[in-house]
Amino acid sequence: MGFFSRKRSASSAKERLQLVLVHDRTDLTPAQLEALKNDLLKAISNYIDIDPDAVQIGLERDGRSQRLVADIPLRNVTRQ
Amino acid sequence: MTAQVITVTSGKGGVGKTTAVANLANALAMDGRKVVCIDGDIGLRNLDVIMGLENRIVYDIVDVIEGRCKLKQAMIRDKHYPDMYLIPAAQTRDKNAVSPSDMIRICNDLRPDTDFVIIDSPAGIERGFRNAIAPADRVLVITNPEVSAVRDADRVVGILEAEEKGSPALILNRLNPVMVRNNDMLSAEDVLDLLGIKLIGVVPEDESVIIGSNRGAPVVTDPKSRAGQAFRNIAKRIQGQDVPFMDLDQQTGLWGAIQRLTGRK
Repeated sequence: MGFFSRKRSASSAKERLQLVLVHDRTDLTPAQLEALKNDLLKAISNYIDIDPDAVQIGLERDGRSQRLVADIPLRNVTRQ
Repeated sequence: MTAQVITVTSGKGGVGKTTAVANLANALAMDGRKVVCIDGDIGLRNLDVIMGLENRIVYDIVDVIEGRCKLKQAMIRDKHYPDMYLIPAAQTRDKNAVSPSDMIRICNDLRPDTDFVIIDSPAGIERGFRNAIAPADRVLVITNPEVSAVRDADRVVGILEAEEKGSPALILNRLNPVMVRNNDMLSAEDVLDLLGIKLIGVVPEDESVIIGSNRGAPVVTDPKSRAGQAFRNIAKRIQGQDVPFMDLDQQTGLWGAIQRLTGRK
């Protein structure tokens, strides 16, 4: 990357810190979060039909607190 | 009078805790307050050299705790401000010589005839840090606009919340306004957004801080220093005054004058 094309480093620092702090504060590694997502999807799939590729689950910051946010679109069922 | 006990801590080492303690104590003494500083870094004593008092030490805090001297005997009077004192750390003792209850007892003994007790916490989140925060009425977390320092500051803020010490205030130290302007350094807004605590002051990077340490005369005593001004402002805010934040982006010198004239800044 050339000098003029490189992304300024302050935004890299901020983005990296946002991720690191969320994992530090929850004591949850990215691998554990991934496992949690899979378990969650498995549990939900026992009851309703979902499209695993459309699911978004992640940690979000809100001031000094964290929340686990899940957006899980449900498939329409055509009743026979 | 009953003292307010303020602890300065950071998690990471080398971000400017000791310098901040020496400068805030001097600024409070300049405002006529009676101040006692306590070096909480047992085994790695440093506040004495930063304050220029290293040749006056007879007794230290462990001597007080173990009953070899009275509290007053371990209080070293400053050279310039007769109402400012230092209680030095022990240099050769192991850090388990001090407990949180010892610190609470010493601070309670100091409270009746002192305005401010300022405790210099050691780096880390171990015993020395626990000792330093135990008696605190108020905690100031100091950090630099740098990834490792901000991450460690966040850990410390988390521990303080878990210990129900309340939300600490942030001192952002060694900010380089030129690098911030070039988007190559986290800004004060970035750091505040990441840490989610309130700001009590931003101290610009300033060579005169090292010059002051070299001489054992903290930079607040230099009326021309920008860092000195920032520390004087923090001391005013500690005393409850509403002081506006400095415009760190302000250019100085010839180049700044040209830029102001041409309206670039």
